[in-house]
Amino acid sequence: MSTVVLLLITGLGLGALYFLVASGLSLIYGLMGVLNFAHGSFLTLGAFAGWELARRLGSDNWGTFIASIALGAVVGAIFAAATEFFLIRRLYERHIEQVLVTVGLALASVALFDGIWGTDPIYVTGPKWLGGTTQILGASIPNNRFILILAAVLVLLGIVLFLKYTRYGLIIRAGVENRSMVTALGIDVRRAFTVVFAIGGAAAGIGGVLASSYYGYVAPSIGGSLLIFAFIVTVIGGLGSLSGAAIAAALVAVLQQFANFYLGGTGDFVVVLLLAVVLLVRPSGLLGSKA
Amino acid sequence: MSNIILSVKGLSARIAGQQVVEDVTFEVPATGVTALLGRNGVGKTSTIKGILGLIERKGEVTFFGDDQKATRLDKQRTHRIVQQGIGYVPEDREVFSKLTVAENLRLAERDSNPRRDFVAELFPDLVARAGQLAGTLSGGQQQMLSLGRALLNTNKLLLVDEPTKGLAPIIVGEVAAALAEAAKTVPILLVEQNLQVVRQLAAGAIVIEGGRVVHTGSASEFLGDEEMIQRFLGVATAAEAAS
Repeated sequence: MSTVVLLLITGLGLGALYFLVASGLSLIYGLMGVLNFAHGSFLTLGAFAGWELARRLGSDNWGTFIASIALGAVVGAIFAAATEFFLIRRLYERHIEQVLVTVGLALASVALFDGIWGTDPIYVTGPKWLGGTTQILGASIPNNRFILILAAVLVLLGIVLFLKYTRYGLIIRAGVENRSMVTALGIDVRRAFTVVFAIGGAAAGIGGVLASSYYGYVAPSIGGSLLIFAFIVTVIGGLGSLSGAAIAAALVAVLQQFANFYLGGTGDFVVVLLLAVVLLVRPSGLLGSKA
Repeated sequence: MSNIILSVKGLSARIAGQQVVEDVTFEVPATGVTALLGRNGVGKTSTIKGILGLIERKGEVTFFGDDQKATRLDKQRTHRIVQQGIGYVPEDREVFSKLTVAENLRLAERDSNPRRDFVAELFPDLVARAGQLAGTLSGGQQQMLSLGRALLNTNKLLLVDEPTKGLAPIIVGEVAAALAEAAKTVPILLVEQNLQVVRQLAAGAIVIEGGRVVHTGSASEFLGDEEMIQRFLGVATAAEAAS
């Protein structure tokens, strides 16, 4: 029983991390049809920014940890908004060029991070409680998983409230459905594009700081490795569906944890298998709208 | 130019590289309803979309909305064109199905003082269904929502594309009545296949054939000429067209 509880909660923690990356990917694809391969770089830069702040202010207190998350969000949002404004904006409806540019940006930014921070992992510490465990039904759950789950729930709630109750949220929801009709109502939908990129970048930046706490280190490759699973989550959840991404993130990560434990470390294989099944049976994903 | 609200000169438009409108030239009077007529697929909708910049286009589109000052629209993006006071009611409604009726209307509000009361009076059903998802409305209700979105703002020109397409006769009457009411205050360029509605509303007619304008003049004169109707609209007789 305790093993199941452990796998379940740690799976949800990992799923929370996937969601923080996948939420932005899904929103960006849903509104703009852009598959953003540079999204992992937003996460990595957020992680390094958080670490830089923590090492200057002292990483063992909660104030610094929360400030690191906030800085990660801001840096991720600025990087993402700048990416949209300077690179993607000229390439809407040009999907091949978008892929080339975002893949190029991902490669270039990792090389830049290598140059600035080196290729070796930098080990990070945080408030003492994060390194400890909490007993639940006999299972010792690492505390940082609770922070991940809390952060993902707050981000999900924040995005849902933003989409439901703000003018930009209304424009984004309408734009996901019919972008050209939004412009035909006299609305400059490009501003909404920048806002969506910034929101996605902020979520990834938060994910970056929390990923470094989850893995215990920060490295230039951290975003790229998480991006692969975030893409899988986005596709399984349904491109453009935020709630689909949340459900798929939990499903993928929990399945991955259980397969790793019970099926001899085959978690990644099982996830890819799940992706194949979803694509065959329900190509639009769990909650995606049919093309 | 005092009686003209829109001038289109040599407009050509393409969709996915295919020429759909070629060298179209016409003017829209500053009052009343002007019908844009032609067979299915001749480029009426593409002309409207070309004016609005919703598809790739070339040519001169000049708007005389601001105290008769000429403003070129053909170099501007769609949202800027609409912001100058051009309302658009698209073919097939294009309401946002996952937004509620109230959200659809709120999204369309451009003016600081939107004409909510006017729209509510014209379409009371929309008020009653404010919380309903637009995708669950009937075709007629969706058309009223689409019209309501355009009429919320004080426009200087309305571009209305096939507003009665696929609607039950009783709803067609309601839509025509709403357009007649709107036309009292704003000129309308109307794409319409239902000739009875055209007879009821339009003063002028512009006829397109093969992507080009082939006739411009009075709507009643055109609709009174059975040979012209048969030639350009593919309708056997006026009586049949009206049925």
